Amino acid sequence: MSETLLTMPLLAPFVEFGFMRRALAGCLALSLGATPVGVFLMLRRMSLAGDAMSHAILPGAAVGYLIAGLSLPAMTAGGLLAGLAVAVFAGGVARHTVIEEDASLATFYLLSLSAGVLIISLRGSSVDLLHVLFGSALALDDATLLLLAAFTSLSVVALALGLRLFVVDACDPAFLARISRLSPIAHYGFMILLVINLVAGFHALGTLMAVGIMILPAAAARLWVGNVGPLLLCAVGVAFLGSLIGLLFSYYVNLPAGPAIVLTLGALYLLSLALGPLGPLAGRRRAGWHFER
Amino acid sequence: MNAASAAGTWTRPASPILRFENLTLGYNRHPAVHHLHGEVATGSLLAIVGPNGAGKSTLLKAIAGELRPLQGRIELHGVVRPQIAYLTQLATLDSRFPMVVHDFVAMGLWREIGAFAGLNGAQRRRVDAALGTVGLAGLESRPIGALSGGQLQRALFARVLLQDAPLVLLDEPFGAIDAASVRDLAGLIRNWHGEGRTVIAVLHDLEHVRREYPETLLLAREVVARGETAKVLSDANLQRARQLAERRADPRQAAICHDDGDRP
Repeated sequence: MSETLLTMPLLAPFVEFGFMRRALAGCLALSLGATPVGVFLMLRRMSLAGDAMSHAILPGAAVGYLIAGLSLPAMTAGGLLAGLAVAVFAGGVARHTVIEEDASLATFYLLSLSAGVLIISLRGSSVDLLHVLFGSALALDDATLLLLAAFTSLSVVALALGLRLFVVDACDPAFLARISRLSPIAHYGFMILLVINLVAGFHALGTLMAVGIMILPAAAARLWVGNVGPLLLCAVGVAFLGSLIGLLFSYYVNLPAGPAIVLTLGALYLLSLALGPLGPLAGRRRAGWHFER
Repeated sequence: MNAASAAGTWTRPASPILRFENLTLGYNRHPAVHHLHGEVATGSLLAIVGPNGAGKSTLLKAIAGELRPLQGRIELHGVVRPQIAYLTQLATLDSRFPMVVHDFVAMGLWREIGAFAGLNGAQRRRVDAALGTVGLAGLESRPIGALSGGQLQRALFARVLLQDAPLVLLDEPFGAIDAASVRDLAGLIRNWHGEGRTVIAVLHDLEHVRREYPETLLLAREVVARGETAKVLSDANLQRARQLAERRADPRQAAICHDDGDRP
């Protein structure tokens, strides 16, 4: 009896409402696809670059919107094209000028954000703008769910096949470049994975929030786990747990789902900072252990 | 280790593994090493010494193929670039990366296993043996971030060991590590030399070079002296290297050397 009382509030919204089940399925897809990519973003010290890339998608999606309204294929195609173009272009600017990659990405990100907002304002309402910026996790239709599932499947398969390549490229890129001709594939392949997962995340969480489900679980998991394989699994777990809690939170308190999920993930990160064995508060304990050896 | 069996394939003729032909190297069109000629014999144990900014690391980088010569060329004989083991200075590695020592060292087997294959039993034993050789047995499952500077350098040497490379380039391998690690790793380099591998190391400690390295290249943006270590490291040569380095460091003097033909 007490068991039912405890689990009911956790399950009821999903049992009762289709849109909650869809949101949960979408979040599961993002946790499996986008979060591992976020782990690699963090390991490559590109977390902010990921943020910038997520904004770079906006003008592409906005042009799709301008042409076809809130159309899934048009906005997806626009986002993919814009994201890939910026990935190549920003990397090129950093390689061939004195501008560092972070500064280069920051300029693109500001331009993209303002251009995207302008383009949507040309035709749309502020409701459409909110949809694009913050997503609509609670209004995922069949087509969008299928798209998320497809991108996630692609991403999981690619990561599984190229795992060693991605790990070595993140750990010691100069070594990989020396020893293997596959090193450009690791770099550009990763950028493509980043873009497709950002576009997937954009539909559920919006361009401003999409990167949240990448970076926050990765950062939280890093405070618990010290090896890359378990780190990927742990981050996926954190992402799904955060999504679940965030969705419930948004249901009961009547909040927008995207920010609720990202805030929950942020809370899990803060919790990890305080409790994680690799966090700052565990530092003293760890130093002691180190000297005892 | 199979290194010993491979030694037979690198008998030691006087044939060169490397040839420099009027080699000029630099960054952003500013030359750092000028008009280098000469050969490195297969199986050499060669130290590169010189003042700061003498172009020592630049030369290693060019041999490894990561820097295109401004002028002239480097010929490789009997070795291709991916076979070269190149240990850069410690600072370039992200030691906070969440990876355990075993996996890190196993990266040295990349040319055998590639991006997809797993380690077989024999390869696992070779990783363990390499860890034992460098004195890291028992630390396999420690994250690399938890290693001391000396231990991390030992791990990097174990990775080089597994690369089974005919040509090994070491850039200041003993920069900031403890005396015991220096002693052990220097022994490892002697073994590589004994197996017929060519080892080229940029070093600072002249006493160490006199003790361990039969041949030395004294560099100060150009070759000051080259050959038997005892003769190369004479007071007169070292003095001259210092003077050259100071003069080159003066921008007005450096500007004089613009005699390379292919400059636009």
